[in-house]
Amino acid sequence: MNEYPALQDLMPMLPELVLACGAMVMLMAGVMIGERSAASVNGWCVIILIVVGGAVLWVPPGPHALFGGSFLVDDYARFLKLLALIGSGGALLLSLDYLTIEKQQKFEYGALFLLATLGMLMLISASDLIALYLGLELMSLPLYVIAASNRENLKSTEAGLKYFVLGALSSGMLLYGASLIYGFTGTVSFAAIAKATQGGAGIGLIFGLVFLFVGFCFKISAVPFHMWTPDVYEGAPTPVTAFFAAAPKVAGIAIFARATVVAFPGITHQWQQIVVFVSIASMALGAFAAIGQRNIKRLMAYSSIGHMGFALVGLAAGTPEGVQGVLVYMSIYVAMTLGTFAVILSMRRDGKLVENIGDLAGLARTHPTMAFLFGVLLFSLAGIPPLAGFFAKFYVFLAAIKAGLFTLAVIGVVTSVIGAYYYLAIVKIMYFDQPAQSFQRMPMLLRVVLGVSGLVNILFFAYPAPLLGAATVAANSLF
Amino acid sequence: MNWPILSVVTFLPLFGALLVALFVRGNERLARGTARWIALWATLVTFAISLVMVWRFDASSPEFQFVEKYNWLGIASYHMGVDGISLPFVILTTGLMPICILASWSAIQTRVKEYMIAFLVLETLMVGTFSALDLVLFYLFFEGGLIPMFLIIGIWGGSRRVYASFKFFLYTLLGSVLMLLAIMAMYWDAGTTDIAALLRHGFPIGLQKWAWFAFLASFAVKLPMWPVHTWLPDAHVEAPTAGSVILAAILLKMGGYGFLRFSLPMFPAASHEFAPLIFALSVVAIVYTSLVALMQEDVKKLIAYSSVAHMGFVTMGIFAATAQGVAGGIFQMISHGIVSGALFLCVGVVYDRMHTREIAAYGGLVNRMPLYAFVFMVFTLANVGLPGTSGFIGEFLSLIGTFKVNIPVATLAALGLILSAAYALWLYRKMIFGTLKPSLEGIRDIGWRETVIFAPLVALTILFGVVPKPVLDMSAASVAQLLDNYNHAIAAAKTAALIAQ
Repeated sequence: MNEYPALQDLMPMLPELVLACGAMVMLMAGVMIGERSAASVNGWCVIILIVVGGAVLWVPPGPHALFGGSFLVDDYARFLKLLALIGSGGALLLSLDYLTIEKQQKFEYGALFLLATLGMLMLISASDLIALYLGLELMSLPLYVIAASNRENLKSTEAGLKYFVLGALSSGMLLYGASLIYGFTGTVSFAAIAKATQGGAGIGLIFGLVFLFVGFCFKISAVPFHMWTPDVYEGAPTPVTAFFAAAPKVAGIAIFARATVVAFPGITHQWQQIVVFVSIASMALGAFAAIGQRNIKRLMAYSSIGHMGFALVGLAAGTPEGVQGVLVYMSIYVAMTLGTFAVILSMRRDGKLVENIGDLAGLARTHPTMAFLFGVLLFSLAGIPPLAGFFAKFYVFLAAIKAGLFTLAVIGVVTSVIGAYYYLAIVKIMYFDQPAQSFQRMPMLLRVVLGVSGLVNILFFAYPAPLLGAATVAANSLF
Repeated sequence: MNWPILSVVTFLPLFGALLVALFVRGNERLARGTARWIALWATLVTFAISLVMVWRFDASSPEFQFVEKYNWLGIASYHMGVDGISLPFVILTTGLMPICILASWSAIQTRVKEYMIAFLVLETLMVGTFSALDLVLFYLFFEGGLIPMFLIIGIWGGSRRVYASFKFFLYTLLGSVLMLLAIMAMYWDAGTTDIAALLRHGFPIGLQKWAWFAFLASFAVKLPMWPVHTWLPDAHVEAPTAGSVILAAILLKMGGYGFLRFSLPMFPAASHEFAPLIFALSVVAIVYTSLVALMQEDVKKLIAYSSVAHMGFVTMGIFAATAQGVAGGIFQMISHGIVSGALFLCVGVVYDRMHTREIAAYGGLVNRMPLYAFVFMVFTLANVGLPGTSGFIGEFLSLIGTFKVNIPVATLAALGLILSAAYALWLYRKMIFGTLKPSLEGIRDIGWRETVIFAPLVALTILFGVVPKPVLDMSAASVAQLLDNYNHAIAAAKTAALIAQ
């Protein structure tokens, strides 16, 4: 077979091509011009991400399968690619001021962001096990490096190393699972695996499935593969943490849902048990473990573990409604996370970032607007209506109830009440306590990100139709 | 004239809150004054418009009126409307809000702007709760109210305000999330969350039972019923005066309203089956919390426990499912809204002057505050249920209604009336009569602003006690239809059971 795809056949992967070329151009520009170009290179990277977002929208809809069906561009992929790009772009925007203030401007930073994002886009479109692994590694390797990007800092290097070792282990498990699945079905393509498992599957394949899930759970930091999260979140530079919290989770959930729903519809009952367990464990651990945290980045780590649990509630349903719920959940989650990290990055006193929750004391007096928007985000994270976070939970639980997963739903809502406690505790510190020394002025970019995120969370209920509609279309393209 | 009057009433306070948030700037003193005046005008205009609604309301029709419906979530729509059951609560809310703003006029001196915003947002959410005709929309308003109330208790509350606000928030949230799951199950069964459509939909008996308990979890906490009432005394004691008023007068009524709007008409078979459970809890609430009230040393706590006892009459009357019982339940809620709200205002008056809520700190107030003594007396007697006050009508009707269904329950509940007389009169004697405490020598009687606050409440308490007709007439048609459907459903369920045998 000597068929090389013609250039126009590659059009559906224009976003990836733009991103790959952009990353390399930025890298070259950085090398040619040298360190002084770092700030502008990182700025340009944001623009490239925006252009890529435009390209995702520009690619005509309708499923396109490339490279013998291993790379699929459907509505589902388009939706999640946009979301991942928003997550990456938002995190990069949050980084710009931080890097300047901390004198950490390096041109590799932006380029690594772009490469990791490229991996996410590949992962989201992956439609067989090979493409899956390719995308996953392309996403992960830059992430390991970025985690350690503050190389003089002990915690940052430790975070990078920890993430790398555990990540490599989980990749290995995933690869092992993939090879088992290939061995028992004789194919790597999701569609063909679905055919092979139509009438049920033997223990060997289930074994492979479990190992595959281990890899996914690690990437989205679901319990019991969450151990790295608090340490990496705490150790990595804060904007990198924002990036970790937002973008890779989107890609991870995307491939998790695609692989399970597309490749294993015949054995839904088997994987459903695993997802239900992981979901319950994540929600519960996220809710309980966060209560004792004093460091806001660690708190956000546990919070994100809990949120992944909630997102998985939708996946556990295994229905179009469930996937729609997951998509809505992830969209709102990204919006909440970026805003929250904009606040965390503004907790700056005497030129130093502070990370203790107690440092927020009396924020409502010293920075009323920031406190108000952060309060909105916290109530939204807790899932209190009428804020966006409520709708996120609403749709996943709606799907779970339809699928008859009552136990999961009841445990889920109860843990959401427990989780509400620690979000409230932050509101309490901001609004009820006596003010501490005020923070430095918030940089403009952070204000913009926080403002947009806060407004999205407040006003989502007034005009939910676009997101809900897009999520429905995207979810239906999987089934 | 076809403007969306209900949405205007609902969202006007929110608009006022936006005005306060965006335009109140400048020096502290000026900003405080402006915030207060904007809030007062916003609530007054809202009240005036809601009175237009009363005037245009057709009480002879049991249907929903002033209906507005727009596409919203896909599965849920923005559907608003009121009938004879919800309109009284809407008016109660809009009517009490200006009073609350006035009551906070000088009592709140810190962060006035935020305070007024919280109250105005809260008003929008409360009115929305009573006028939403879609379950998801209802839940949105119902649950959203937690945020401003949490902040009101937590920021402007007393010494243990953090504990009280957390307890209030988490308790209520835990109850409500279970209701949310029931709402979802109802959606998958009926294919809609539209309340008007759900009222006509017959749910299978299995779902009815589960959903009934899930709704109970939410409304029992909100109302509150024994044994999940423990958040209420804490919240009441710590909340600022106006917060207590809103809590007692309106937020508690959401629970009763929920029973009337959802539990009884949507799950008639389950309501019928579990009515004895409600009766038992109601009687315990009436007798036990009255006894607890007798032991209190804190004025606000005493009134809080008396609220729980009075809500016992409401649940008893509603689940008796007789014309008198339900009408009595509604009337009792309206009456209690006025009376308990007023009692908390009375406490606020002395608290503003003496900064203590301990009963023992007061005594002989009649010597220094004759007008106050009179006002307090009217509300105390209304709280006891003296004939001629609004409290009597509600308790009497719900007792008659229950008597027709279950005589022992009615008898035991009547015992609660005696107990309520005991603690209320004891409180009154302790505080108002006796020798004047030396520390109270310089206490002033109520001023013109407080007179303005109390005058309408006193008038309404006595007016509704003598002429209860306006309230009863407003809801009569809707109650009749509700019970009609209820009895049909019960009869149908019985026939089905017979056929099955």
